[in-house]
Amino acid sequence: MAVEHKLSIFRGRLTFASNTQKIWGVLIFLSIVTVVEVALGIFKPTILMSYFLGMKLLNWIFIILTIVKAYYIAWDFMHLRDETRSLTSSIVLPLVILIPYLVFILLLEADYIYNVMTDGFVSWNF
Amino acid sequence: MDATLTNQSENEKIWGGGNKPLNSSYGKMMMWFFIVSDALTFSGFLAAYGFSRFKFIDSWPIADEVFNHFPFLHGVDAPMYYVALMTFILIFSSVTMVLAVDAGHHMKKNKVAFYMLLTIVGGAIFLGSQAWEWKNFINGQYGAVETRGGQILQFVSADTGKRVNITSFAASIPTDREQHQGRNGIWYASESTLPTYSVEEIKKGFINNNDLLLKTQQLDENGHKIVLSREESISKIAQSVYVVEGANLIRNEYGNRLFANFFFFITGFHGFHVLSGVLINLIVFFNVVIGTYEKRGHYEMVEKVGLYWHFVDLVWVFVFTFFYLV
Repeated sequence: MAVEHKLSIFRGRLTFASNTQKIWGVLIFLSIVTVVEVALGIFKPTILMSYFLGMKLLNWIFIILTIVKAYYIAWDFMHLRDETRSLTSSIVLPLVILIPYLVFILLLEADYIYNVMTDGFVSWNF
Repeated sequence: MDATLTNQSENEKIWGGGNKPLNSSYGKMMMWFFIVSDALTFSGFLAAYGFSRFKFIDSWPIADEVFNHFPFLHGVDAPMYYVALMTFILIFSSVTMVLAVDAGHHMKKNKVAFYMLLTIVGGAIFLGSQAWEWKNFINGQYGAVETRGGQILQFVSADTGKRVNITSFAASIPTDREQHQGRNGIWYASESTLPTYSVEEIKKGFINNNDLLLKTQQLDENGHKIVLSREESISKIAQSVYVVEGANLIRNEYGNRLFANFFFFITGFHGFHVLSGVLINLIVFFNVVIGTYEKRGHYEMVEKVGLYWHFVDLVWVFVFTFFYLV
């Protein structure tokens, strides 16, 4: 039961000779990303401490790198790259639509509650 | 008449069975849709965590100050290294899993069994690491006091700025106060274990020791916890009503009560997924060894359990980001 695998990653810029080699290649890539994350988390460069859209630049980098890692785990380890396009989108689209929506309404509401607690009449320092 | 007949035969071709919708077998597709629903569950938890965090954005505990242990390095401040190691262990067990799937495609039974075994070992190491992490979190390291309003106050040295353990300064005031258990008091009422020191002992020890200051939960504009002056500290310590050591579901010495609740709930739920993943992997491993899939002619079961295992890894990547990095 030979299964066809697509062996190119990074939009075809890097092609591996076999599926096993691709697995190790993706592992190396994921490790590099994790090392970068941990190094940023330990050194916390001051240049990344400025705020962008209500969150530190550093935190934006962490979240983007996490999504990059999630992409390669799903596409190469879970073989989404080899599935049909319709299966891939029926898995990914609900998540891509629902999760940002949920996060958006909850975080906006939380920020509102924070403002009520700091500027309102309720004291939290007793 | 002819047309109707043609339609019928075409219908039988499509709906009569044997077709694979989306080019994927039934089991694999259902595993994928289970994963989608489970991913939504986890994102619900993480979004709730984000909600609480944005609600208390200026007083949330700093992860680097909470998770700073590393095995065999006692008293060394080592933030993040341990969870980074746990992340590597889980990603590596994901790699051995995908290698097992690949060997299954080539019908190499021994290779599949070997890689499955490595995956199980990796999962078990991860679970052990998480148990150790929980142990440190529950026991705590320094202790703190809680005020009437539920604020946590920690103790720091004025000289070094480092945190001070309550055992190092607490005064000793002999007291007859004992833990109220069903057998030594009213039989239908009891209380949980008393803290090692009473509030009065901590207050007296704090006032006697001029080097001590109080660290509040509030963050300054640089993201550091605000430390009170000696005078403010003395007036503030008078308001403390409870000594907190370590963490439980009611209060914790790290700060906001919700922090420990979310930590226990989200990492616990993820750990439960890892545990069930290890168990399912074990079952599949034994099936590989006794040759069930060799007889069946394909190793799709390894692929399906592999999907679940990668998903657990995927969730950990997010838990790692939102609990330890951000």
